[in-house]
Amino acid sequence: MFQVRIHGRGGQGVVTAAELLSVAAFRDGHYAQAFPSFGSERTGAPVVAFCRIDAGPIRTREPIAEPDGLIVQDATLLHQVDLFRGVGPEALVLINSSRGVEELGLADLPALRRRGGVLTVPATELAREHTGRPFPNAVLLGGFAALSGVVSIDAVVLAIRDRFAGEVAEGNAAAARRAFAFVADEAAESAGARPAAAAAPAPGDGSGLEVSTRAATA
Amino acid sequence: MLRQLEGSRAVAEAVGLCRPEVVCAYPISPQTHIIEGIGALVKSGQLEQCEFINVESEFAAMSVCIGASAAGARAYTATASQGLLYMMEAVYNASGLGLPVVMTLANRAIGAPINIWNDHSDAMAVRDAGWVQLFAETNQEAVDLHVQAFRLAEELSIPVMVCMDGFILTHAVEAVEMPTQTQVDAFVPPYEPRQVLDPAEPVSIGAMVGPEAFEEVRYLAHVKQLQALERIPEIASAFSAAFGRPSGGLLRGYRTEDAEVVVVALGSVLGTIKDAVDDLRRAGARVGVVGIGSFRPFPSAALRAELGRARTVVVVEKALAPGAGGILARDVTMAAAGLDAEVRTVVAGLGGRPITKASLVAVLEEAGRGGLESLHFLDLDHGLVERELARMARRRRSGPAAENILRDIGVVSAGAT
Repeated sequence: MFQVRIHGRGGQGVVTAAELLSVAAFRDGHYAQAFPSFGSERTGAPVVAFCRIDAGPIRTREPIAEPDGLIVQDATLLHQVDLFRGVGPEALVLINSSRGVEELGLADLPALRRRGGVLTVPATELAREHTGRPFPNAVLLGGFAALSGVVSIDAVVLAIRDRFAGEVAEGNAAAARRAFAFVADEAAESAGARPAAAAAPAPGDGSGLEVSTRAATA
Repeated sequence: MLRQLEGSRAVAEAVGLCRPEVVCAYPISPQTHIIEGIGALVKSGQLEQCEFINVESEFAAMSVCIGASAAGARAYTATASQGLLYMMEAVYNASGLGLPVVMTLANRAIGAPINIWNDHSDAMAVRDAGWVQLFAETNQEAVDLHVQAFRLAEELSIPVMVCMDGFILTHAVEAVEMPTQTQVDAFVPPYEPRQVLDPAEPVSIGAMVGPEAFEEVRYLAHVKQLQALERIPEIASAFSAAFGRPSGGLLRGYRTEDAEVVVVALGSVLGTIKDAVDDLRRAGARVGVVGIGSFRPFPSAALRAELGRARTVVVVEKALAPGAGGILARDVTMAAAGLDAEVRTVVAGLGGRPITKASLVAVLEEAGRGGLESLHFLDLDHGLVERELARMARRRRSGPAAENILRDIGVVSAGAT
């Protein structure tokens, strides 16, 4: 089981990001469960959503307290919400920012002990460039595919096209692919980094998610 | 076709496949996406020969469903929480008149304090209203139960409520095998009303009944529930044969064969409980769980058989009868009468508090040791309660309890992790 927690603000598409990630995992042949934090969401307020991905059916309904992956859609939350609660040294963290991890003041983060485990990607800029709108949610999933390898970038693109249509879909798909390449490069540059997506396009590198499909387990 | 869908959307499509002729509802969280989904199906023309009626309240929504059903139309609505309370009088009328309305209840807590999150207080508030109440464990089951609900309701001329956990299921996106129109058409025959308001053959429905016959009419409502007790498992097997997957039924046991501790619960928490049971089994504990699929009618005999050799029965319920304790636990205690088993109540998940596997494992281990108190509140913050009790003891004007407690824990806005 690979568990992802997504933080952002109301209006940034946090819940949609979790849904898209689950659809991408579904498209890859896995079982997936996405759900929001069930708050009274308001525009700009902190919002959390979750996604579990596994080789078999997922029964649990509790929120994700100790995520294997963390996606932060809005870096200003770093000073407002305890984003890293339950995030262990093995977790993979992707932050939407045009600045680096050290610049964001995250040098003490436990997850940083794993080199290449915490990366940033300028998802809002990529979204603006490709869609003309500042929604980083779908773009970050492209980056997360590269960082984690738990979903393929092709499945992320399929999920985006399932959800959106026309220019919005194609712009987000192109931006997601750019984010994928950006994060893959970052991971490669980071000495000793685990080249998750490059070496292991299918999930299964220590994440606890077996490389099997729904068809194989059904 | 297997699709990755939000629970509400899956249910909206499933209801659409059942070809309702009148849908009348008033939006309320967490039911809203279901109603929006059905509204979109009607507007797009995908759901034909269906009138979606907008009203000003839940009371009107159920009243319109009653009128539509009495006129011979297949009628559907959905609500939650305060919405259900607001339609309460009409809820009793639908069952009292024997009208086969189908309603989704997106289970949510009841205020005050106002709370939009999930528990089963709303379903429990109408447990004696004469409706069949089915509970879904997953979104797949929520879809399947709606298909079964229309058939059951119309066969017996009794209203059926499908309960699904608000947010936890309604807003969860997971894989659902969606039935086809052909399959559903074959399973749910056209509605043939037992009673109908027809200008060509005028009758009245809704006579005043005095002491001379009221008990008999109420007794017939009980008889209908007993008939449902027979038909629910039959319809579930017919469903399984037609759709190729088990779904619904009175109850389902999981690893109960040799269980000494048996958990009984309703709804989506069964998933987390099954994970807890597996963990405990790996550690050598003899633990199992029974999921109640039909809360009304209550399957006492089937439950009694399922409890088998249990020494301790732990009822995990998302509701509380203040001053009494458990609600589901009362029914379970009645069913277990005469068995050599003690029934324990664990009140959990009120107002959306997460029910974690870790807390369940701890409480079930305690039950295995024989140390679980008869009424236990899972993860209750005793310190917080004590502080408020102390304030109340200190002075008369201690102020509103909810506000005091929120101030104690420093919550500005709820819901943020």
